[in-house]
Amino acid sequence: MQTKASPEQRTTALKQTLEEKKLLPEGTLEQLVHAYEEDNHWRNGSKVVARAWTDPSFRRRLLRDGTAACAELGFEGIQGEYIVALECLPKIHHAVVCTQCSCTPWPVMGLPPNWYKSSEYRARVVRNSRQVLRELGLDLECDVNIQVWDTTAETRYIVLPLQPIETLDWDEEALIKIVSREAMFGIAQVNP
Amino acid sequence: MDGIHDLGGMEGFGEIPVENNEPVFHSEWEGQAFALNLVAIGVMQQYNPDEYRHALERMRPTDYLNASYYERVLTGVASLLIEKGVISESELTSRVTGRYPLSKPNAIAEDEPKVTQDSAKFCIGERVRVRNIHTPGHTRMPAYVRGRRGTIIHVAPYFSFPDNAAHGNAFRKEPTYHVIFSHAELWNDDKANNDTVVVDLWESYLEEVL
Repeated sequence: MQTKASPEQRTTALKQTLEEKKLLPEGTLEQLVHAYEEDNHWRNGSKVVARAWTDPSFRRRLLRDGTAACAELGFEGIQGEYIVALECLPKIHHAVVCTQCSCTPWPVMGLPPNWYKSSEYRARVVRNSRQVLRELGLDLECDVNIQVWDTTAETRYIVLPLQPIETLDWDEEALIKIVSREAMFGIAQVNP
Repeated sequence: MDGIHDLGGMEGFGEIPVENNEPVFHSEWEGQAFALNLVAIGVMQQYNPDEYRHALERMRPTDYLNASYYERVLTGVASLLIEKGVISESELTSRVTGRYPLSKPNAIAEDEPKVTQDSAKFCIGERVRVRNIHTPGHTRMPAYVRGRRGTIIHVAPYFSFPDNAAHGNAFRKEPTYHVIFSHAELWNDDKANNDTVVVDLWESYLEEVL
């Protein structure tokens, strides 16, 4: 079989074809790329988690209606139509996967990273979660139950990680900085 | 369809590649491919997200596994715009050196009736079984739960039934349910494992456990 043309060349071919047909107004792609590089960013999720850790009333609202609570902070839109926050407890850990593709709540988690979209993660984590998490650096005690959430329909999940005890007196701004994207997918814990 | 995309539980895959401080897009074309799909769905309104998902699933399995994520996105957009008659294949191939991978044709005709059922019949705590059905077109019932028993833990809102929407069938909303499965129910290779998997499933995928 013939070698594939490079993805750059194939993308340019499609873009030029649409431009010639006047189907792609100038600047449209740039605006969208900007929106997903800057606005729909996983740091929004860090803000949600840090707020939940510092404001018990917000935490309750987040666990009762994740969509509305995220919208309170201005995080809503495409792929955020029904957000559910998964609360980690000392003996229950949550991890999220999309075995069939790549779904995530874009307004709070942004577009997903490559490991989340990889065949390896999608194939393995629903079957060998403990081993997969250990390989990724999260070695949970054997009495911690792992729940893996497969994003197969329209619910979009964000993990609310356990707050490290040593950060209980930290303010929201300091907490935002330590909440990683990986912790909100459930493949890591938050480390101060 | 039991396609290459339906990876849950498949064996033989190795280490998971994690990149520190990964950028949203690794190069300009990735962002463009992503944005072209949003334009085709939202601005041009040539297809819906379910048709898009199915276009990726219709890729040749070897192309699918060999393509990066945004290459798949690109293949989906290009294939659908050709299928919808917006552009022609030669307009793309004449501009590149080498092969321009496209998705294979839909396996089922548009408007072919789907197996669906009515009413929100399940409630939290109820035991259900995933129906033993094989859909030739798009479905979001992963194969690894087919025929397996689980328990409803959450009733989510009604959402458009993708098996219909991906094939131009009547728009139809159904409840979706979070169903929890024990490890032993899904896999029999590690009986001591008491971890669980929760799968989000449309009502038409489920049946009562009698």
